[in-house]
Amino acid sequence: MRASSLILLTAAVFAAACGGSPPPEEPAPEPTPAPAPPPPEPSQRDDSAERERLERERMEREAAERARAVTADLATMINFEYDQATIREADQGTLDRKASILAANPEVRLRVSGHADERGSDEYNLALGNRRAAAAKRYLESKGVESSRIEVVSYGEERALNPGTDESAFAQNRRDEFEVTAGGDNLAAPQ
Amino acid sequence: MRRFLVLLFCLAAAPAAAAQDTTGFREGVRLGVEYQPGVRPGLIVLPGPGLDSLRAIVRRDLDYSDRFEMITVSVAPEGTSGSSAGDGGLSYGIYKTMGAEMAVELSEASGGVSVRLHDLNLSRVRNQQVVPLPAPAEAGYRMEAHRLADEITRWASGTVGAAATRFLFVADGRIYRIDSDGADVTPLTPAGGTALSPVWSPDGQRFAYTRLESGRGAVVVHSFATGAKQTAPGSQTALNITPAFAPDGRTLAFAHSSESGTDIFTSNVAENCCAQRLTVGRYADNLSPTFSPDGRRIAFVSTRAGPPQIYAMAADGTDQELLAPFDYGATGSSNAPEWSPDGARVVFHREVSRSPQLFLVEVAGQRVRQLSSAGRNEDPTWAPDGRHVAFISDRSGRRQIWIVDIETGRVRQLQTPNAARLPSWSRRLAR
Repeated sequence: MRASSLILLTAAVFAAACGGSPPPEEPAPEPTPAPAPPPPEPSQRDDSAERERLERERMEREAAERARAVTADLATMINFEYDQATIREADQGTLDRKASILAANPEVRLRVSGHADERGSDEYNLALGNRRAAAAKRYLESKGVESSRIEVVSYGEERALNPGTDESAFAQNRRDEFEVTAGGDNLAAPQ
Repeated sequence: MRRFLVLLFCLAAAPAAAAQDTTGFREGVRLGVEYQPGVRPGLIVLPGPGLDSLRAIVRRDLDYSDRFEMITVSVAPEGTSGSSAGDGGLSYGIYKTMGAEMAVELSEASGGVSVRLHDLNLSRVRNQQVVPLPAPAEAGYRMEAHRLADEITRWASGTVGAAATRFLFVADGRIYRIDSDGADVTPLTPAGGTALSPVWSPDGQRFAYTRLESGRGAVVVHSFATGAKQTAPGSQTALNITPAFAPDGRTLAFAHSSESGTDIFTSNVAENCCAQRLTVGRYADNLSPTFSPDGRRIAFVSTRAGPPQIYAMAADGTDQELLAPFDYGATGSSNAPEWSPDGARVVFHREVSRSPQLFLVEVAGQRVRQLSSAGRNEDPTWAPDGRHVAFISDRSGRRQIWIVDIETGRVRQLQTPNAARLPSWSRRLAR
């Protein structure tokens, strides 16, 4: 839920920034040619300086968007089958992407928290959540991420994402969450 | 590979047990017990002047002991005392016609309360004693009243009652304490935290629990008298859950979760040292230790064969074996074991159609018996009398503490203000 809203937000930012339609270059509102600047700017400023500034802003904006997308990818949750701590095939791509991001950003550290649905025993679910978090860590290690960069915690069933009591709620609650604990500013996109 | 036994549940000769369900809920715990109606002796708490509160507490405690057919009279019948009365100052015949075999007489005496247990068949006073009792408004009054009731239970049945006890339980992330009859609900940990798995020390002076913080947690030992808190040695890092005291009160067992899985450790809380690892999980989980009353064995949960099941080992971690047989691939997860005070059985819960139900396994012979079948019934804990088990059930609509007498199948609810979980029943509490 948190991740999907983040993705939605990211998508919205993209859509707003790119205008959603053909010209991927520059959004319409900014008047690039600037034939006769309004009163406050009487001097004949150099056109190229203005263009440079706008270009720089555009690149900064795009970099920020890319960083946001990378951050969102780092935070994407993975889910588990009932009473299982095995990484599902469907989630391997999600973890591979995290491994690439971690490779491109050596300062980043992650905290993986394992969670369970409410059905099992309360206390066993803490151990199960721990196993789920540890499984993600082991997978990332197998992709070359240093062990010391990933910390493992468990909340068992204490922090349900969806308070519902049907299978779809349970499925959402059986998850690993990923939180950046260090080096999360200005993330570089993997090559 | 290990050979797993197929088990046969002996599911409830329900009718007799159901007939004993006097608490009036719709679907009771059904027990496979050989209870013969009429075996319990009729007992009456005699009405009299004053001491209303004491009479009410004692009467309810004797009822909750499930050892007597309680006979109720609101007013003393004509001719039951005075000159026409029998040897004990009572007209035994009238109470006998009501079905009573024993009568409890409480009266004010200098220095406390005079208690007399009359045997109506033998027409004599069986036991009598004057016991000191604080005034009803004073602290400690209710617990003294419960102790008195427990002693009367011992006079009348040969076995001391379990009324002078309390529960710990978790609600809204806090640990609470409540008397065995539902009185005096007291929060013990601050609001806004996540506390789990409270457990009593054998002397009732302390309790241990997990304080969960940011996905990690230490085992904390909390003293009632001083409020002092001690982090159990070996539980300072990572996640530490499911504490249990050894009968010596000095050794604490708990499960330590790390990246390599969850394993059982013990440490010495008296000398604050000596953490020792008992299991080596290799990515499997070992948790929920519970000591046998002689302190020599520990039953616990392990996922070594897949889903969690109940195992046992020596207290030093050697001699590990399956305790509760299961049918591989068919039997549901089993969790939350607690060793009975007499050492003969371990109670636990096991998933049946994805709902936890109460089970018992006999330590000798490993026979498994299912105790409940309706709704969710989980996290059982023994009374010190070895015949009552408290557990969490959602049969009333939300999770509450219920108590079953495993001899008769009679069930009662302990009213708690919030949804309750993870109860722990104390031993008898000393003064």
